[in-house]
Amino acid sequence: MTDNSKATNTSSSRPLLQVRGLAKLFPVSTRNWLRRNRSFIHAVDGVEFELGRGESFGLVGESGCGKTTTGKMLVRLVEPTDGHIIFDDGEGEGADIAALKGPALKAFRRKAQMIFQDPYESLNPRRTIFDTVAEPLKTQKIGGAFERIDRVSRMLELVGLTPARAFLFRHPHELSGGQRQRVAIARALVVEPTFVVADEPTSMLDVSIRTGVMRLLEGLGERLGVSYLYITHDLAFARYMCDRIAVMYLGKIVEMGETESVLQNPQHPYTRALLSAVPTPEPGVTRPQVSIKGGVSLPVDPPARCRFYDRCPIADDFCRDNEHPPLEEKDAAHLTACYKA
Amino acid sequence: MNTDSEATTARGGESGALLDVRDLVMTYSTRHGEVRAVDGVSFSVERGQALGLVGESGCGKSSIAIALLRLLPENALIRGGGVYLDGADLLPLSEEEMRAYRWARISMVFQAAMNSLDPVYRVGDQIIEALEQHVHSARSESLERVRELYDLVSLDHVFIPRYPHEYSGGMKQRAIIAMALACEPDLIIADEPTTALDVIVQDRILREIKKVQTELNMGMIYISHDMAVIAEVSDVVAVMYAGRIVEFGDAHTIFNDPIHPYTRALMSAFPSVSGEKRELSDIQGEPPNLLNPPSGCRFHPRCPYATQECETGEPPIVRRGEHWAACWNPPN
Repeated sequence: MTDNSKATNTSSSRPLLQVRGLAKLFPVSTRNWLRRNRSFIHAVDGVEFELGRGESFGLVGESGCGKTTTGKMLVRLVEPTDGHIIFDDGEGEGADIAALKGPALKAFRRKAQMIFQDPYESLNPRRTIFDTVAEPLKTQKIGGAFERIDRVSRMLELVGLTPARAFLFRHPHELSGGQRQRVAIARALVVEPTFVVADEPTSMLDVSIRTGVMRLLEGLGERLGVSYLYITHDLAFARYMCDRIAVMYLGKIVEMGETESVLQNPQHPYTRALLSAVPTPEPGVTRPQVSIKGGVSLPVDPPARCRFYDRCPIADDFCRDNEHPPLEEKDAAHLTACYKA
Repeated sequence: MNTDSEATTARGGESGALLDVRDLVMTYSTRHGEVRAVDGVSFSVERGQALGLVGESGCGKSSIAIALLRLLPENALIRGGGVYLDGADLLPLSEEEMRAYRWARISMVFQAAMNSLDPVYRVGDQIIEALEQHVHSARSESLERVRELYDLVSLDHVFIPRYPHEYSGGMKQRAIIAMALACEPDLIIADEPTTALDVIVQDRILREIKKVQTELNMGMIYISHDMAVIAEVSDVVAVMYAGRIVEFGDAHTIFNDPIHPYTRALMSAFPSVSGEKRELSDIQGEPPNLLNPPSGCRFHPRCPYATQECETGEPPIVRRGEHWAACWNPPN
């Protein structure tokens, strides 16, 4: 099943990815001994954005905002409940990933890869580095034994694990955290994907090696023509790695635009609060008190009104009585979902 | 305050500081040999002062914390040095004697502290139990004290009789801080207390800790890998690398005018959301393996300014008033 109705412009200018009305509901049973009710956590609810070719796009927000679930749906590690993900790498017609099955899904997996947060957990401790990095080649039936060794070696050199032969037959426990994350990156890129979802790729790494891994991701992206979707809670990371960012709150995108525009000129009260909570590495600078109340809750059968209503410092009766505000362009290429902004 | 590891004048306790740590050495024995996790560390903390201990994983900052409280794992050993609290050396004390100090005079908030609450007991009861053990107060007094503590960390009293699972992550961390403050300690050690928390919650906890520490005029050692967090809570900062303090000074000087190349590199590798978007620097290589630390200055294999003497000799202390760094070639 494909949905091309929205992607009828010329193929060269079409974005790599168009996400439309993406939703994921997780059922929770609120059971008492008389009856059983089905409720749903609206983990991702009507998310829409586009990712251009060669672009780096960031989903930022606190834990539980739905950013990781969104990322996983884009590479079909989580099945969407609703919505369309039009993936157009110029080779085909632009297929709806949300509806892919069988061989088409497998072919898609070669083009879309994911890098996980924790390099201590994402690598199988019993496997050698070669086995780990060659795994996607095996699954995709790419090359014979010799070609695989060749490809894996080249990839290890590219991610800075040189000389590759010194790493091929080692195990993860023999490597440092930074080296492990480089192995995870090599594994994601060895099948030459066009799209990579990277979930907090540097948050487990020490500051002194973080910059190196950030540069590596960026450099390889340019060199191999990869478009990235970064998932992060770290706004400073997003500032350095993303062309555009979307701020998520309880399953909704509340603000989206060019990174500097969003960070230097935030419109949504949530984005403002988030930014004012980030510590500054300058002693003696006192940040203004964060203006929002309470904590993040779980969006279980949330009311139709603005998701941020309960914590918003500027909400009024209009916000209470109307639906969640639409994401609207308030500034050039800078969208905000707020009636009051 | 005297922080020079080669100081001969100030023996422990004579400096008048709340806490005085002299040449502390702590080792772990592992299958592969002995690791000197803390290797000759000296510093002091005054009442009402917050010392930020910053460094990357494995630099020994958390080992210092457990050495001060003597909560050592089985394979760890304090090999030498002195830990003086108000002039009294804690290291020769027996485990029994140490218990009188722990929580009552030196207290600690751990990294994974939120998970250290017992899930089957009400949080209020857990704090009361701690109070009864250390202060021997009556139950009614204890309950009154718990209410005060909850006010101090901005937790609603309705949560006192609730169970840990009814608390959010940030609230658990507040309860832990309340528990750490229960016996009015003179010194609180906070080891990455906000690392697992979201940024808005982190902000609240940081403000809370700082407020309480100032109000109660406690000494504090705040341990973190996050330069920005350290900048916000600390009066003085010690930068650690491979088991040693490589630079020490007041927070303002450390951040604006660092001497040591490692401190400088850390500063410029740290991305910021505000201000000018500057180029991030890269530190070559990886932190050393302490089973076999580099000779001379331990940072020399990664240092852009390293010369022959950095490889062979222990780096000398460069002083600028109270601010010092251990470096052969301090860049200007």
